[in-house]
Amino acid sequence: MLSIKNLNVKLEEEDKQILKGVDLEVQAGKVHAIMGPNGSGKSTLSYVLSGKDGYQVTEGSATLEGNDLLDMEPEERAAAGLFLAFQYPVEIPGVGNMTFLRTAVNAQRKARGEEEVSAADFLKEVRAKAKDLKIDAEMLKRPVNVGFSGGEKKRNEILQMAMLEPKMCILDETDSGLDVDAMKLVAEGVNALRSEGRGFLVITHYQRLLDHIKPDVVHIMADGRIVKTGGPELALEVENNGYADIMAEVA
Amino acid sequence: MAQTAEKPNLTEARIAALSMPGKGWSVAAREDAVRRLRATGLPERRDEYWKYTRPDTLTQVAPEPAAVFENDEAPLFDGLDRLKIVFVDGVFDAEASDDLSLEGVRIERLAEADSDLHWARDLYGTLETNGQTPVARPLAALNTAFATDGMLIHVTGVTSKPINIVYRHESTTSDAILHHLIKLDAGAELTVLENGPAAARFNKVMEVDVGDGASFHQVRAQGRDHERRAATHIFARLGAESTFKSFTLTANGVMTRNDCVIELTGDDASAHVAGACVGDGAFHHDDTVFITHDAVNCESRQVFKKVLCNGATGVFQGKILVKAGAQKTDGYQISQSLLLDEDSQFLAKPELEIYADDVACSHGSTSGAIDEDALFYLRSRGVPLAEATDMLTLSFLAEAVEEIEAENLREEINTRMAAWLGRRRG
Repeated sequence: MLSIKNLNVKLEEEDKQILKGVDLEVQAGKVHAIMGPNGSGKSTLSYVLSGKDGYQVTEGSATLEGNDLLDMEPEERAAAGLFLAFQYPVEIPGVGNMTFLRTAVNAQRKARGEEEVSAADFLKEVRAKAKDLKIDAEMLKRPVNVGFSGGEKKRNEILQMAMLEPKMCILDETDSGLDVDAMKLVAEGVNALRSEGRGFLVITHYQRLLDHIKPDVVHIMADGRIVKTGGPELALEVENNGYADIMAEVA
Repeated sequence: MAQTAEKPNLTEARIAALSMPGKGWSVAAREDAVRRLRATGLPERRDEYWKYTRPDTLTQVAPEPAAVFENDEAPLFDGLDRLKIVFVDGVFDAEASDDLSLEGVRIERLAEADSDLHWARDLYGTLETNGQTPVARPLAALNTAFATDGMLIHVTGVTSKPINIVYRHESTTSDAILHHLIKLDAGAELTVLENGPAAARFNKVMEVDVGDGASFHQVRAQGRDHERRAATHIFARLGAESTFKSFTLTANGVMTRNDCVIELTGDDASAHVAGACVGDGAFHHDDTVFITHDAVNCESRQVFKKVLCNGATGVFQGKILVKAGAQKTDGYQISQSLLLDEDSQFLAKPELEIYADDVACSHGSTSGAIDEDALFYLRSRGVPLAEATDMLTLSFLAEAVEEIEAENLREEINTRMAAWLGRRRG
């Protein structure tokens, strides 16, 4: 599904190498987690994959189902099936959440040469999916993320994911700023989307999110590369011993 | 205003080219207005309030010609239940207009109101005169003196539907001067909708006397003819517990100067003035606002947003004057521009002048580019760059549009703006 090979990335504006040869394969139907200390390059990886400005790929490749992601505009990557749940979802005053969702869904359908979804069908679907995430009608009407609590913003990200039905979902520290109940709700939303045809890359600092979204594979990222890969037990090891042991081990 | 050597010549040349409708109750007021105009002279570039806007095309004897915009969309407010009044190049069009009768309001034409006992005699030109100090507004005095027509609207009750004044532009050389007078008795309510380019050059004054507890709403859209020019003035006086709300949408137009002068004279009154404008290319738009608080516990709010690209210029000059004794004043002013490229400019002059000690006044002015984080967020959801830029443009304008109280009107303005932006995108 997602194939990253020897990905090297530096900041565009300064001479600072952030990713130093990332290799990663995420298969359809699998949940991969990336853990790692602050500054290891986890969020940069998610931004580079989704096409944010400010980064320069100096070497390597990233493909989604064989399509070169790095050659596409952000909206093309989205239409190709990539989705990033933001660590800090952006507030957009004056644009209704529902309008935003419908614009996004239809833009992607259009890009794929599909028919736009009718207003009635869209409404029905969004209401059902919002209900599962305990997002009420008021939140759907309000401007995108404006005045939303941290938990509401993250639930809204998952709602977008549910509506856009991407093939590859990247969750960037979706657990940050969430209390236990909110995290459970978000995790349930994610789990409901797990399917054979869909891959997940869950970026997190802490193991606790992985109690709720059980990963198939766990990677440890440090200093711009994947330094260790293992099963779910690797996350527990981090939880118990911190990153220091692993770092010492791979050094 | 100090007069330069050329100024009297400029002013006299303009006066000589105009003729005063010479009969009826308005003559004395018109003659006074000519005296006011001569005393200050027409504006020049060196006048303080014309520093950012070149007045020459607004003051010269003949207007610059303006092509009529080929427009295939339905006129704004068409689907609404309203009383429609149509002017074509400044000339009243009886056939296109509705019958001028509406419960709770008496509507007449300035050009036809001959009776010396008319209520308008006591009001015509008076708010404009008040509005001449401390800042002279010569184009408004010129208007009072030489207006060929306009609507005299006396509101005695709560009107059931809005009055929509439509200004059509058909002649490339038309030069229209219209003066509306609106008086709302205590507790009366009226919404006025205005739309259309009006003429190649349009000089409009609207004087609005809002009685105690009365409520006046205005939503206007200035026509999209690229080459049209307009100098408009609103002079409003607010009685106790009254409400005044004005919103203006401007897209296109090579030259627009909108002055809004409001006096809050009764306690607990509220005045909101908002403007959204979208300028592309040869576009100069100037909002000049002067709000005087002269009573206790009044609120005023100015929200002006401008989106500029391809060399367009936006100007905002906004002042809040709080007189001694106008305690508990709540004044807010924001002027912001979204500059879509480096060729466009926004010039802002916010001013506060406060002589009372128990007031809350805030003002802010910003200029910025599109928020890159928001743009990426939208694109990452699959919204293409151009469409995402439009969404953020509408988002930027939203605070101004939200000043429109009626939801259907707000929707109408939003839908129209989205269509315009979409059309530009092709």
